[in-house]
Amino acid sequence: MELILDGLVTALKLIFSLDRDVLEVTLLSLKVSCSATLASLFLGIPFGVFLALAAFPGRRFVISLVNTGMGLPPVVVGLFVTIFLWRNGPMGFLDILYTPLAMVMAQTVIATPIVTGITIASIQNLPANLKLQVRALGATRLQTVWILVRESRLPLLAAVMAGFGGVISEVGASIMVGGNIKGQTRVLTTATVMETGKGNFDVAIALSLILLSLAFGVNYLLTVIQQRERPR
Amino acid sequence: MSDTMPILQVEGLRIRRGGVKVIDLPRFSVAADQKVAVIGPNGAGKSSFLLGLACLIARDGGRISFNGSEVTQRDENAYRRQIAMVFQEPLLFDTTVLDNVAEGLRIRGKKRSEARELAMESLELFRIGHLAGRSAHKLSGGEAQRVSLARAFAVKPKLILMDEPFSSLDLPTRIVLAEDLGRILHESETAAIIATHDRIEALRVVERLVVMDKGTIIQEGRPSEVMENPVNAFVAAFRRTTGHTMK
Repeated sequence: MELILDGLVTALKLIFSLDRDVLEVTLLSLKVSCSATLASLFLGIPFGVFLALAAFPGRRFVISLVNTGMGLPPVVVGLFVTIFLWRNGPMGFLDILYTPLAMVMAQTVIATPIVTGITIASIQNLPANLKLQVRALGATRLQTVWILVRESRLPLLAAVMAGFGGVISEVGASIMVGGNIKGQTRVLTTATVMETGKGNFDVAIALSLILLSLAFGVNYLLTVIQQRERPR
Repeated sequence: MSDTMPILQVEGLRIRRGGVKVIDLPRFSVAADQKVAVIGPNGAGKSSFLLGLACLIARDGGRISFNGSEVTQRDENAYRRQIAMVFQEPLLFDTTVLDNVAEGLRIRGKKRSEARELAMESLELFRIGHLAGRSAHKLSGGEAQRVSLARAFAVKPKLILMDEPFSSLDLPTRIVLAEDLGRILHESETAAIIATHDRIEALRVVERLVVMDKGTIIQEGRPSEVMENPVNAFVAAFRRTTGHTMK
């Protein structure tokens, strides 16, 4: 119990003194996870809308793959992204392994199926005849897609929350493709694992508190937007 | 029946849904300002007929001509921009009443301010101008269906298709709304086809009654003619109803 209390006190000191290392790790975490979430939205929303509205052979199989991907283990993603970016790997020429960019790539792979899966569910949950009503109003295909996405905006905010929540908290992929290099690729989760391993529980608790606060802060902001828009 | 030139002509319309033939219609036409009710039992093909006329479902064969020109697959969207369709459910968007009614105009490229101005006129036509700023998801059933009708009329369609628009409303609301709709249709000289189970909708609004069964027309004429010479038990029962929706 004393260990936890001491840890909490030190943690609060580190946070409120704006410790340079802690600040650096926090900012990089935010930068990497926000970039990955944005990239996954750009990829996942159009793909999800396509899968929800298009009819083609094998569609159910692809949707099953997406649903499976929603629970992709980060270490598996980390392994394959590492292989792809390895010196002799298919994308080795990019020379970005152990950089924040590689971490963004890995986190994007984790978040995209989550965003895609929630987008499919959101579009399919709209009233069955809504698409017909939009087309009856004279909308082109592109206008139809835009209006349906707009009508799904509240559930799509859940996709943003789930995507961000999935990547800000993952550690396996980040440590494998980033390497936890101080000042370059060290983020909150990888630093927490390292400090725990070294027995520095106070620092680990501080980092965990910041991680929890970030996850809560971003989700709180999105929830406020979602609930304000929601008809009562 | 109106003597003016047909605005809509259909020849040999055939539609299959889920592998089953649901529409097989040799000929059908509507004059430029004519109001037609399509009645028939459940499963008669009324909804598929309207969706087919709006080119919202694929057809197996047949020709649809609008204003004298054939509607090809390429022209379908341009054709839909000259007509409007109202469904059984209001299907309103998650925004204000005014923006809902303005949506069809925005889709046609009207500027926001102009679209809102025209939308407001349409709301006033249906006596719901006071609801303009309200969220569309906070309306009663009758109000929501009025908004849906106002949205359809806002684009000033030449033909309006309505698929049992009042079926989910209570009787007093249906009577008032049917009267308003009849008045607006006649004032605007818009052609209309209304699929219905309801004698109120059919007889207060239209001048021609079409009886449909098994995907084809089995009787048509002025409402009084059809009512006096019912072709089957459904029409006979329809004649006896006094405002209750027949199922």
